Amino acid sequence: MVDIWLSDDHELGIASLEVPVAVDFKDIETSLEAYRKLLLIRTFEETLEALFAKGKIPGFVHTYIGQEAIAVGVCTNLRTDDYVTSTHRGHGHAIAKGIDLNGLMAEVFGKVTGICKGRGGSMHVADFSKGILGANGIVAAGTVIAAGAGLSIQTREEDQVVICFFGDGGINKGTVHEAMNFCSVKKLPVVFVCENNQYAQFTSRKLTTSVSDLSVRGVAYGMSTESVDGNNLVEVVEVSRRAIDNAREGLGPTLVVADTYRFGGHYVGDPQAYRSEDEVNESRRRDPLLLFENYLELHGLADSDRFELEKETISKLVNKAVMFAEQSDYPEAHTATDYVFTDLIEGRQ
Amino acid sequence: MRSISFGQATVEATAAAMREDDTVVITGEDIGWGGNFGQFKGLLEEFGPKRVLDMPISEALILGSAVGAAVTGLRPIASLSFVEFTMGAMDEIVNQAAKFRYMFGGQVSVPMVVRASDGVLRSSGPQHSESFEAFFSHMPGLKVVAPSNPADAKGLLRSAIDDDDPVVYLENKKITFRRGPVPEEDYRTALGQASIARTGSDVSLITYSVMTQHALEAAQVLLEEHSVDAEVVDLRSLVPLDIDSVLRSVAKTRRAVVCHEAWTFGGFGAEIASQINEHLFGELAAPVLRVGAQSAPIAFSPPLERALVPEASEVVQAVLRTVKP
Ligand SMILES: Cc1ncc(C[n+]2csc(CCOP(=O)(O)OP(=O)(O)O)c2C)c(N)n1
Repeated sequence: MVDIWLSDDHELGIASLEVPVAVDFKDIETSLEAYRKLLLIRTFEETLEALFAKGKIPGFVHTYIGQEAIAVGVCTNLRTDDYVTSTHRGHGHAIAKGIDLNGLMAEVFGKVTGICKGRGGSMHVADFSKGILGANGIVAAGTVIAAGAGLSIQTREEDQVVICFFGDGGINKGTVHEAMNFCSVKKLPVVFVCENNQYAQFTSRKLTTSVSDLSVRGVAYGMSTESVDGNNLVEVVEVSRRAIDNAREGLGPTLVVADTYRFGGHYVGDPQAYRSEDEVNESRRRDPLLLFENYLELHGLADSDRFELEKETISKLVNKAVMFAEQSDYPEAHTATDYVFTDLIEGRQ
Repeated sequence: MRSISFGQATVEATAAAMREDDTVVITGEDIGWGGNFGQFKGLLEEFGPKRVLDMPISEALILGSAVGAAVTGLRPIASLSFVEFTMGAMDEIVNQAAKFRYMFGGQVSVPMVVRASDGVLRSSGPQHSESFEAFFSHMPGLKVVAPSNPADAKGLLRSAIDDDDPVVYLENKKITFRRGPVPEEDYRTALGQASIARTGSDVSLITYSVMTQHALEAAQVLLEEHSVDAEVVDLRSLVPLDIDSVLRSVAKTRRAVVCHEAWTFGGFGAEIASQINEHLFGELAAPVLRVGAQSAPIAFSPPLERALVPEASEVVQAVLRTVKP
């Protein structure tokens, strides 16, 4: 199944709002669970923005605000033993795949109780027990790592899958070519999810990318491709489920291009001179959270009182994580060279 | 003299080179917007998109196309915002740029500059904090420059662009925004000439890049608190290496501490220490010491980052070990 031809308006991230019938999402618990995940990512990231402004977070932070439906929609279809590779904008992927929230928050603070014991920070959150093979500060590094995880699954004759999240900027990295070709020729159980948020740092996709329909890149490797409105959770669930099912059944990789928009700057504090306020405001009209609330209301699955209730619960959860992180200690200086090797290496200062 | 930042000083050098020579072009990610550290501000406006090229996130292409362009008539400046991204283009730097002239028997030269920001800056984490000059200077065919202040940044970049060989120009993130006096006129600072950043008689601090600033701070502390008069030798370029200035200084002080932010183990400091020993063994009053990072990727968490990477206080301690054994 290869669909090259997309309607033009898909390009702008305004794909038809007609929602496919998602069986799962007629079920209250499943849909509320997805709603909570969306909220959790949104609240986590907004909390980080505020903490960063107060100088409580070291380094730099890339938030996932506006793109939540992609991670949540895709990961809804995953098992704990499935894998994801992530990007520098990785908190959303990690939360959707079930990372421990306290460990995540403490990592972003650089505390010893962090999921990577403070070594990695925001750009390197990982939880191997949950199949989260790491956020990564090197653009598109996850693509070849995903290929390796796929190879491992195939060799071990398991039925796990790998999701490789990467960006529309990352799609021009050479590693993408190498990974897609290999996954396709070996029919590895990898689903490439390209989060097309229109910008790479400060540069518009249009300036650096040869095609406007990114899914054709998958066609070139003989892969199945899908395009989806990345702000429409229900659509993401449906489309990624097809790709994931195919991968699990040994039918090979798919490239899913999810159109979206990053509401925040490239990093928290980015002055964003490269785009207009109007453009950002316009995009916020298609907030994935609001779209899903509309869906839930439309199908009588939840109402605004329920939304408020969930928001309160999630806020408490995130605040608890902040308290946990704030009360945790920093790692001790004398442990700085722990975890470099598996054993002690003589003669190396 | 007016004071401008390191980054602005490099903009001036680039603009001067581009005005003088139409074949000078810049390629890199996000450079139209001035670059991550403002080191390309205003260049797109002055020289247009044919000479200031915003590139895709394709490091192998950025470095490889610079090689291709350099051997066919351009003088490209290929820029990567963090030195870690050169790792995705090491083939293009090491197997192509560095070797073209030699393996093709001198038929061509490869007049290109690779600009990359290195070093620690406030918890940027393990993939955005490191210093790789040892990799580059190890490779025959590459010249390597690592300025420590805005005035040198301007003069050395101008010379690097003029140079007919590939030059890796390393700009430390911590000093990119720091200001210093910079002459307004166009000038060049020759590659391969160290500068004596401070004269002294008791010990020589051999250093470059941001560590020169830490060494100068250390020298102040050493004088005020320990009555030790340190000389600071700023190498400025690692390849070519001005070993004569190093030896002259150490022959005078008979003590040397080599300092850099990069890992000590297998670091560039080992090369300096070794050459000092080879030439001055009998004259040394103490073993040559090295100050550098401990052997670990540079951690995110502030106390770990600080523990791994040396600053002035580590230099002071090392000096005290050489003068009061
Ligand atoms: C190999 C590499 N090159 C460049 C960078 C600098 N950089 C960090 S994020 C980014 C843009 C990435 O854009 P995209 O893949 O679209 O992801 P987004 O930030 O939009 O989520 C760039 C160029 C990097 N981290 N790694």
